[in-house]
Amino acid sequence: MTEEWRTPARQLLTLRRLEVAAPALLVVVVLGIAGALSGSAVAYVLAGAAIVAAALLWRFVDRRYGSWGYAERADDLLVRRGVMFARLSVVPYGRMQFIDVTAGPLERAFGLATVRLHTAAAATDARIPGLEREEAARLRDRLAELGETQAAGL
Amino acid sequence: MSAGPPEGWQRLHPLSPVVRGGRATIAIAFLLLPIAFGRDTFSNATPQLVIITVLALGGFVSWLVTRWRIEDDDLRIETGLLRRQSLRFPLAQVQAIDVVRPGLARMFRVAELRLRLAGASGGTARLAYVAEHEVEPLRDELLALARGARVGEVPPDEAEAGPAPEEEILTVVSTGPLVAAIILESGWLIAILAGLVVGFVVSPGTVSGVLGGSGFVWLLSMATVLWRRFNQQYRLTVAEGADGLHLRGGLVALTAEVIRPGRVQAVRLVEPVLWRPLGWCRLEVDVAGRQKKKGEGEAQRGQLRTLLPVGKRAVALGLVDRLVPDRPRGLSPPPRRVFWKSPFRYPALSWRRTETYVATTSGRLRRVSCWVPLEKVQSLRHVQGPVQRRLRLASVHVDTAGRAVHATLRDRDAAEAAGALAELTDLARAARRKPALT
Repeated sequence: MTEEWRTPARQLLTLRRLEVAAPALLVVVVLGIAGALSGSAVAYVLAGAAIVAAALLWRFVDRRYGSWGYAERADDLLVRRGVMFARLSVVPYGRMQFIDVTAGPLERAFGLATVRLHTAAAATDARIPGLEREEAARLRDRLAELGETQAAGL
Repeated sequence: MSAGPPEGWQRLHPLSPVVRGGRATIAIAFLLLPIAFGRDTFSNATPQLVIITVLALGGFVSWLVTRWRIEDDDLRIETGLLRRQSLRFPLAQVQAIDVVRPGLARMFRVAELRLRLAGASGGTARLAYVAEHEVEPLRDELLALARGARVGEVPPDEAEAGPAPEEEILTVVSTGPLVAAIILESGWLIAILAGLVVGFVVSPGTVSGVLGGSGFVWLLSMATVLWRRFNQQYRLTVAEGADGLHLRGGLVALTAEVIRPGRVQAVRLVEPVLWRPLGWCRLEVDVAGRQKKKGEGEAQRGQLRTLLPVGKRAVALGLVDRLVPDRPRGLSPPPRRVFWKSPFRYPALSWRRTETYVATTSGRLRRVSCWVPLEKVQSLRHVQGPVQRRLRLASVHVDTAGRAVHATLRDRDAAEAAGALAELTDLARAARRKPALT
């Protein structure tokens, strides 16, 4: 299949990395202070373990970010995601029932939004996170328009 | 004629609140017994009488403020005294129409009409209750309207013909196999029940000690589940009529419904492990629209409709041929290496498609076969897990509007899966574009 793949905004990666780094940093600082106060080596070992875990998670987050993608074709939207479980969803425009655009507090701080497509099937799983707000609005409007022109009955 | 002129509002049957009260009505009847037999004087029973009066008044008011009529292509129901509700149900979206008759309703010769509509929110229009003799003509008229006829254009003979005479009965479930099938499918449950009964006879003390109070409640609920299933599947009859598939059945609570052609989202054939030596299976169809889980005499729940509660595989496949005219045959098995990933599922896995349908089979102990019309496919998903990647396998999920049927091309060769995804996408698009049958 040859189509133009788009990826979520770069800020999503920053956000995801921050979500790993901030708690790790907190844990390391707390453990460091505890180690300095008690003089116990266990705290330092735990802090080291936290750093290793954070590094692994960091790598995973990077790969997962890289796996996200979506492509608008003439008749359907393709959404791919997942590192361990690679998923590719094909959602025909005519089958879309409604489109959700959500933005949590963190996403909002980074100017991002998540677009989610719903069909009559509960199993449909088409979510595109970390779109810049203009891109999310553009996608929403375009999908709504395409959905209207191609709508098919149940 | 049941539905008069378009501007005519109609009320439900005056006995509706009594029937809708269900168990409460029976309880009230018991409350009144002492008075009726003269054991109790009216002054002693004042609290009971007050409660009953309030309930009766409430029921009467709810009947008084509820009215319905057919407007152009909609069914309108208005209800509520303080919070007035005006509900509008577009008949073009009707997926199926059920006639439900709980035991109490049969006593009073009334029936409930339930219109199931499409859509994710899954609206259900309920007319509870309508006099028994009016139900059939009304259902036929609503079905005719749903088919695209307009109010007033329904030929009177069609509306008054009662049960359509031209229908062809396809299958009737016999009682013996049904009982056997229910017992076999929930064998463990029966074993527990029997064990308890025997234990109770031998030494009541220990058993009641083990059970306690909650145990009995649990047992009772289990028995209710079994009973409900038997009750609704008793002598279930499938017939093919001009307006769709007719389903009738039930022991105490009678149900009758019509599934319109082209509204079937998926067909599923299930073979539970204990049925397989007997060559039995169950056939279910998935119809879009969700049913609310409340109300007395809930005879049918969820979206899955059982067409054949139990029957020989050949009979079931005969029904499948009616539902799936272009049934894929000669399903192809997955590559042999799948055995290493899912040894129990491997023997059951296969799939095949034609231009209009996909067929898949799966299951470990319980074999499940699914048929999905490509026209009804909502979305397609290609999934590859870590083990599958190692073995160069992938699965393609075919999502349909139902919740119960999961048609999956499980564990196919990666290249085949990718090809199938592209192929099914194109075929489904072509099927959607084709003018619908309904």
